[in-house]
Amino acid sequence: MTGERRSLPVLPAALLMLVSMVPAVRRSLEASMTAQMLVQLPLLVAVGWLASRAVPARVLARVERWNRSGISGLILATAVAAFWMLPRSLDASTSQPLVAAAKYLSVPLLIGLPIALSWRRMGFVVRGLILAELVATCFRLGWLYRISPIRLCSSYGLDDQQRLGGYLLAVGGGLLVWLGWKLLWGRFESPSTARLQEGRGYRQPVQTLHCRIPASAASIRSAPIRFPERKERATMAPSIEVIPTARSV
Amino acid sequence: MTGLRTALASAALLLGSAVGLAAATDGFAAFTTETARRVAVRRHPVELPAVTLESDAGTRFTLGDLRGRWLLVDFIYTRCPTVCSALGGDFAQLERELAGPIAQGRIRLVSLSFDPVHDTPARLAAYLGRFGARNAAWQAARPLTAEGLRRLTAAFGVTVIPDGAGGYTHSAAIHLVDPDGRLADIFDPGHPERISETVLGNLDP
Repeated sequence: MTGERRSLPVLPAALLMLVSMVPAVRRSLEASMTAQMLVQLPLLVAVGWLASRAVPARVLARVERWNRSGISGLILATAVAAFWMLPRSLDASTSQPLVAAAKYLSVPLLIGLPIALSWRRMGFVVRGLILAELVATCFRLGWLYRISPIRLCSSYGLDDQQRLGGYLLAVGGGLLVWLGWKLLWGRFESPSTARLQEGRGYRQPVQTLHCRIPASAASIRSAPIRFPERKERATMAPSIEVIPTARSV
Repeated sequence: MTGLRTALASAALLLGSAVGLAAATDGFAAFTTETARRVAVRRHPVELPAVTLESDAGTRFTLGDLRGRWLLVDFIYTRCPTVCSALGGDFAQLERELAGPIAQGRIRLVSLSFDPVHDTPARLAAYLGRFGARNAAWQAARPLTAEGLRRLTAAFGVTVIPDGAGGYTHSAAIHLVDPDGRLADIFDPGHPERISETVLGNLDP
């Protein structure tokens, strides 16, 4: 892959990031609790997600060795997201420049990016768990914000909090409908699994993949190989673990 | 191997995030800015700035002048239709419940206005009258400069946001200032009996 091709995917992420950092834009994104939680934070997550396209394949392969089924990335993203769901973090990020900088760095790099790198490694169960939990979180927070007589954020008014509560219930409901639709008519499998199931991956005569060859061939950490034909695959030695990198698939 | 490495990485991340979240919430005690400020004040009482105030009687003083007594302080604006009424009601009840030590000059109540342009001494006096303030031990006062107001709200940790319709959204709390003139505790409004219990417990016999 050439450097030029790799630098292009990062363009939308960089643009989105720059726009969201323009002082006037940032002010309006932080003017209400609703805008901060439903626009600014998702926007920063999207920046991280888009930026994941620029991660070199070699780094991806390295990360994936520590991120089976996307579990490590999921834990990292969840913990950082939990931090940015604390009302006091939202308050501090609007009043303290250092915390604001931490938000602009950590939300893309520690939530969006790990989720993007992990999502395609995740199995059906993990994906379903995340989505169900996301729906539940929307409902829980939405309900809390609707009924709480106490302002949770010192920087924002009670009416703002209640409006956000309503929106969160709507978002949760929308996600639920989408989830139901996916369950009935779509699929959750990662693209590689789906392709394997449909046999699509085999129709291409030769694929170059980055794979890891453990044990005996310790000196060869990462090498392009020919993807085996279906009949060859059946007789392949089980000790060779072929891990397609997300970039190559 | 990938499984083992992932397990290791996940365990490290879990541990790290537990430590991080504990640090970010004062040991899972404070999730909001308001609670955080209470926890912080209880651990480390805050020195208050010497800001010149004008009382409802028109006299000038600073909170420092009231040292040697326990002070109960709230932040209000006299046009407030909601929260400040609750605060005023609490103060009226506290004035009754703490009548003994108040008569001995050991406790004072101070309502500070964060709307000094509108809240003249006359309006502050009317506010006190509205809640039946019985004697001079409950004062209302306003800072004389915008800078003074800023320093006061910063030290007390009170957030005041104009709501765009001439009113304010603001923190509602009752603050306890110790005889050394330091902010020592913060209480929610609505439970004056708890406050008087704490204050009486703090008084020397």
